[in-house]
Amino acid sequence: MLPVLPELVLAAGAMVLLMLGAYRGQQTTSLVTGLAICLLVLTGGLELLLPVGKLTTFAGGFIVDDFARFLKILALIGSVATLVLSAEYLADPSRRIFEFSILVVLSTLGMMVLISAGDLIMLYLGLELMSLALYVVAASNRDNIKSTEAGLKYFVLGALSSGMLLYGASLIYGFTGTVSFAGIAAATKAGAGVGIVFGLVFLLAGLCFKVSAVPFHMWTPDVYEGAPTPVTAFFASAPKVAAMAVFTRATLTAFPGILSQWQQIVVFVAIASMALGSFAAIGQKNIKRLMAYSSIGHMGFALVGLAAGTPEGAQGVLVYITIYVSMTLGSFAVILTMKRNGQHVEEISDLSGLSRTNPLLAFVFAMLLFSLAGIPPLAGFFAKWYVFVAAIKAGLFTLAVVGVVTSVVGAYYYLSIIKVMYFDEPLVRLDPMRMELRTVLAVAGLFNIFFFVYPGPLVSVATAAAKSLF
Amino acid sequence: MTTWPILSLVTFLPVFGALIVYISRGDDEAARRNSRWIALWTTLITFAVSLILVWRFDPAQPDFQFVEKAPWLANTITYHMGVDGISLPFVILTTALMPICILASWKSVTVRVREYMMAFLLLETLMVGTFCALDLVLFYLFFEGGLIPMFLIIGVWGGPRRVYASFKFFLYTLLGSVLMLLAIMALYWNAGTTDIPTLMHTAVPRNLQTWAWLAFFASFAVKLPMWPVHTWLPDAHVEAPTAGSVILAAILLKMGGYGFLRFSLPMFPAASHDFAPLIFSLSVIAIIYTSLVALMQEDIKKLIAYSSVAHMGFVTMGIFAGTTQGVAGGVFQMVSHGIVSGALFLCVGVVYDRMHTREIAAYGGLVNRMPLYALVFMVFTLANIGLPGTSGFIGEFMTLIGTFKISIPTASLAATGVILSAAYALWLYRKVIFGVLKPSLASIKDLTLRECLTLMPLVALTILFGIYPKPVLDMSAASVQQLVNNYTTAVTAVKAAGLLQ
Repeated sequence: MLPVLPELVLAAGAMVLLMLGAYRGQQTTSLVTGLAICLLVLTGGLELLLPVGKLTTFAGGFIVDDFARFLKILALIGSVATLVLSAEYLADPSRRIFEFSILVVLSTLGMMVLISAGDLIMLYLGLELMSLALYVVAASNRDNIKSTEAGLKYFVLGALSSGMLLYGASLIYGFTGTVSFAGIAAATKAGAGVGIVFGLVFLLAGLCFKVSAVPFHMWTPDVYEGAPTPVTAFFASAPKVAAMAVFTRATLTAFPGILSQWQQIVVFVAIASMALGSFAAIGQKNIKRLMAYSSIGHMGFALVGLAAGTPEGAQGVLVYITIYVSMTLGSFAVILTMKRNGQHVEEISDLSGLSRTNPLLAFVFAMLLFSLAGIPPLAGFFAKWYVFVAAIKAGLFTLAVVGVVTSVVGAYYYLSIIKVMYFDEPLVRLDPMRMELRTVLAVAGLFNIFFFVYPGPLVSVATAAAKSLF
Repeated sequence: MTTWPILSLVTFLPVFGALIVYISRGDDEAARRNSRWIALWTTLITFAVSLILVWRFDPAQPDFQFVEKAPWLANTITYHMGVDGISLPFVILTTALMPICILASWKSVTVRVREYMMAFLLLETLMVGTFCALDLVLFYLFFEGGLIPMFLIIGVWGGPRRVYASFKFFLYTLLGSVLMLLAIMALYWNAGTTDIPTLMHTAVPRNLQTWAWLAFFASFAVKLPMWPVHTWLPDAHVEAPTAGSVILAAILLKMGGYGFLRFSLPMFPAASHDFAPLIFSLSVIAIIYTSLVALMQEDIKKLIAYSSVAHMGFVTMGIFAGTTQGVAGGVFQMVSHGIVSGALFLCVGVVYDRMHTREIAAYGGLVNRMPLYALVFMVFTLANIGLPGTSGFIGEFMTLIGTFKISIPTASLAATGVILSAAYALWLYRKVIFGVLKPSLASIKDLTLRECLTLMPLVALTILFGIYPKPVLDMSAASVQQLVNNYTTAVTAVKAAGLLQ
């Protein structure tokens, strides 16, 4: 079987859906969304059916290994969940944009290419396909000035970061004479000259932008707040998986020889992201903005694992990102539920007394928040365990200490939300929760609460996936 | 050997009860009554099952008993449970106090009773689990997990400044614990496992010992709490509901002392020996300073909270003396303080339920209206002072003897704490119980049957352990002896190595 078969199916399927929408008009929105979900599930199935072991094609530019399989499935889960979460958004008669689902599918295609990228060209190709689709969905609520602003801002800053990445890639190509990760690794085995390091810095800057790590995070709060909530949920989940995947693969497989060079950068970025993510979130009133800072912080934690530069570190990144996606999707299912009299509300204070008006919802959200704060026995604790245990083994004690201390600061604002839900006086009830939101929240909640009972499967799969990089 | 997992049963039975509470719905009043009864029966059954532990426990055997082991996170991080003579008293203390706490909240908690009972039952699981866990990661899971229900208990059912108190409690404890987490990771890479019995027999390099000891110290010192990181305790105690204060004083604080006994002494003996003077100084400061602070309090709960810090000073002093009497005294003092301070908070709850104030100045002359209460309160006040014949005396006396062998100045200074405790405790008793009856108290009623049920067992235990402490001391003797022997051997070896150089 062709290693790129799942991607081919996804691309062809997206075209078919586009034709369907274009000929049948706007009333097909829900049909296209349903078919898009089926298409994504089918792609995931095909991915699992591919022969085991490491497959390559396009002269090594496209790699399918355990690492890629793991993250592709995760990205597909994120995309499917997003489409499920956006059912209500798309059902609004004033909107009815069938292109939304197709753009999500195309963006997912970009992510899959990105995750499998084995050279710089493929990396850029995947990154741009993913990002271009994301720019459009950010502005998909085109009559809303905030949404348009978010799309434009994301586009301008995204284009800038792509430029930097491309500049870095061309420097690396110029100094090593190859674009393939394996070739670059061979060329930098015995250290690298200033040119390659220069290129590496630009490359990492571009990637930091995509994972929204400090100091390239400025777009995140505005875009998260401005974009329609289902889109924000999407931004916070699947693209982060893909970006973190390529970050990990590029640093670990293309530059293992100059670990000490990029390690400094990753350590700095991780510390800055964790610190900013926890301190800047404290003052936030809007829950989507808060989630933006939270995701900046979480990317910092995931980068702690990468900074170790070891198989344990890569495993930590994989476990972290998986649990992060589950926590994020669950939280966004709650945020999408925050409606009163048909109007969306986004202030944290709107959750006042939720534990009395809707005890179960409040309980599950509280558990997700404790999980985000990394309190045992919830899944978020294990995520932090695996990245920090790798950092400790690699001797990065300062990073680990700063990391855990900022996680305590971060706990403060998660607790503040719980405080609002549990300790404050109740407001008017929220509208009843839609079925599809319940499903996503139930899956995410159960995963986070009961992860500790049987963590074995995820951990062993992540171990195997991490090993395939080394 | 046991064929069925009795420790897991004791640990997870309360979760099962919490599930039943959750499932049992109904109209408001019936639901409340049901959840109270379910919680009471669950805790009683758990207590009964934990008594089987006592019955089948072999006190002559210093190693872990009722051991259960199952694969969990990795080959080297397992679900490993077991108790020895040091942890069993705390398990029993926990299971014994829980029904009392449920009874104490019978009338005073009227809002969101179902959630309250569920939080308490989950908390019981986490507390018992903390004392039974024989794997560091598992221990951490239970240890930290306890923050969640306690945070909610203080925050939802607490007093006026509950939000401040609950945040302070949570963040303080978390900050200490995350440092311990890093030390756990470092130990994991050093020994390749987080299994506690294995780690106890693994020599830890000197440098790592120092850092790991400090990290564990950060966690346990906050939890215990030791001066100067005790400031969360008075706030948490004052704002928590009565049963929450009882659990906090009787069990949660003991986790810190238990941690020192379980980890610091056996795993880092050299570092423990090096840092013993630091602990002695902090303990003496805690004993004298917080006793003086207690003298100045206007709130009954705050006074008892500060006296707890002082009493915990005796515990740390005894443990780090590293002598048989000191360590055994530390264990005994913790058990005794668990009973006595828990009971004192219950006593405060009794008058608070009636008058809705904890101001010392609001009370006076209670003996005229509440003779039975005055008697009960007197027993616990005297036990708090450490009067011979009460359990408080045995613990303080043994820790002082144990420390005297190691450091005479420490023991002498700590002994002044006994006098100071008499000063504040008797002053409190005189203000509240004696004097002219305040007009506002004219119609106050004496103890009800339910209140007697909660307090009388504790009165009995206080006096029993005061004149016959053998049951507790025997239970822990073998394990304490082994701990002290290992500690002394390790310290002597380090000293000999130092002399050779």
